[in-house]
Amino acid sequence: MTQDATPASLQPPRQMMGRGNAWLRGLGAVLVSMAMTFLGLIAITFFVGRVVPIDPVIAVVGDRAPIEVYNAVRAEMGLDDPLILQFLRYVADVLTGDLGMSISTGGRVIDDLVRVFPATLELATLGIIIGVLLGVPMGVYAASHHGTFVDHAIRVLGLVGYAVPAFWLGLVGLAVLYARLQIVGGPGRLDFFYDGLVPPVTGLILVDSLLAGDMAVFRNAFSHIILPAAVLGFFSLAYISRMTRSFMLDQLSQDFIMTARVKGISERRVIWHHAFRPIRVPLVTVIGLSYASLLEGSVMIETVFSWPGIGNYLTTALLNADMNAVLGATLVIGMVFILINKGSDVLYRLIDPRARA
Amino acid sequence: MSTIDWLIDDAPSSRLQARAGRLYRLSRMLLRNPLAVVGIVIVTALVLVAIFAPLIATASPTEQDLANRLLAPGADHWMGTDELGRDIWSRVVFGARITLMIVAIVAVISAPVGLVVGAVAGYYGGWVDRILMGLTDVFLSLPRLVLALAFVAALGPGIENAVIAIAITTWPSYARIARAETLTFRNAEFISAMRLQGASAVRVIGTGILPLCTSSMIIRVTLDMAGIILTAAGLGFIGLGAQPPLPEWGAMISRGRAFILDQWWVATMPGLAIVVVSLGFCFLGDGLRDVLDPKHGDKA
Repeated sequence: MTQDATPASLQPPRQMMGRGNAWLRGLGAVLVSMAMTFLGLIAITFFVGRVVPIDPVIAVVGDRAPIEVYNAVRAEMGLDDPLILQFLRYVADVLTGDLGMSISTGGRVIDDLVRVFPATLELATLGIIIGVLLGVPMGVYAASHHGTFVDHAIRVLGLVGYAVPAFWLGLVGLAVLYARLQIVGGPGRLDFFYDGLVPPVTGLILVDSLLAGDMAVFRNAFSHIILPAAVLGFFSLAYISRMTRSFMLDQLSQDFIMTARVKGISERRVIWHHAFRPIRVPLVTVIGLSYASLLEGSVMIETVFSWPGIGNYLTTALLNADMNAVLGATLVIGMVFILINKGSDVLYRLIDPRARA
Repeated sequence: MSTIDWLIDDAPSSRLQARAGRLYRLSRMLLRNPLAVVGIVIVTALVLVAIFAPLIATASPTEQDLANRLLAPGADHWMGTDELGRDIWSRVVFGARITLMIVAIVAVISAPVGLVVGAVAGYYGGWVDRILMGLTDVFLSLPRLVLALAFVAALGPGIENAVIAIAITTWPSYARIARAETLTFRNAEFISAMRLQGASAVRVIGTGILPLCTSSMIIRVTLDMAGIILTAAGLGFIGLGAQPPLPEWGAMISRGRAFILDQWWVATMPGLAIVVVSLGFCFLGDGLRDVLDPKHGDKA
């Protein structure tokens, strides 16, 4: 990650190609690599689906079916075709949104995923907001007070973020803040008697309750989401503050900072105007990566908080050996992950004047 | 001449002396970093506890004692007992063996695979590079935990399969590093010299390139240990990793989840063990990076 964030300035000057042209080429390269990664993801889920010890034919015909019926169904399901043909058919299915049926919910996997996704989105978004609002100022503060006690404390806090299991922190948080102190809501998105009071518009309860003007529901939803979001936010805070600190230290050791200080510009302005401005660009990438990893981290957090999102759906499906649902959820999480990753790459190109020129 | 003089001699007269001197200097630098020392102490303690588990544990990790279930931490049971009356301290101690085994096996499988893939890609370049790195990039751009979950789902729950799944998701980042390192000295003169002397590609990669990648690999593997421990514990927590009655820390937290509101110690104690051990690896990796990779200096 650190290698990726700096090299724009180290690259040799581009050949003369005309500004727009080079930029479009860069964008094209990102899109091609995104398509290849998607294909790779589909190949992995296809492969995983093939090595599962559950025979899909037996799942259809039952284990007492005569061998002729078994063979007929097998041929009908296309399992006798060459692997490459089966793979192409699978790709076509995925691209048209056909992820098969879930044996535990009885519905189409794609419908299930569309239903549960907003809960995860809401949780991860609040998490990243907490992470950015706290992590960036902490990183800037640590860098501008390099070597002090606070700097070391922030550095250690960043390492703790790599060492604490998210599910455990969630459990301890529930035990202390919900059971003992009762200052946050318990598992789930809402208390039972608030359920279904506001019409679902976006699927994000915080937004929906505001749209409906129902502050009681909003407060209840907020009391439920704040703890899991804070736990997720802690992990992005650890990463964001660490990267911000390292970027800022880089900037603060540059000559132009010294010049600015010699000119008598206030320290506050040196830090926020001179040093912080150039690092906004790599920070966007860091925040993007962090957001993507929160979607992943929510798998564990949702299990702990019985949060009805995609992570909970995935783990429930895993325990029920519901392979279509497992692979569907893996595909969707993977695709969103790739989309955010590459998306922050594109955004980086849009706002970095060097990548544009 | 004393041993120290021999070690810090600026003009070593043998390879052994040069290596020993370098090692001595590195360890001195490492010991000057307080966080790294904490890391060394924790990791050493983990290894010792794992080796001498039967001597350190006060009870059997699996023996049930239903008369004494869910006892709070006290003089008899330092970390309390779980829902089957098993001593949690003893289970945490034996769990150190499982954790150490998981990280060791994952490192032994994935680091060499990543190293070889990266070195081969970097050394040959061209289409070999493009294919290998394309594969690596696909793995790298996928979420690791979710990928591991999918592989475990396919292979079936259990600690062996959890280890395999984690190893499958870990090697690509090592391949990336090994390739980057290889590119920096692929055209170095000592490599050309080896080739001119007629050394085969296997020999050039094996004796010329791989040894130079090891220091960055050691840093990366140490830093990754925490992530591996957390993933393994996460799989155990979901119920796809180590199966009961194995005293794996993640699985223990999962069992304690039902009692978190009243008997907090059942889930909290194994979690603390995970935090301490992961932090130890983080501190050690961070310290190693400062020493072995001066480019990063004290920034990281």
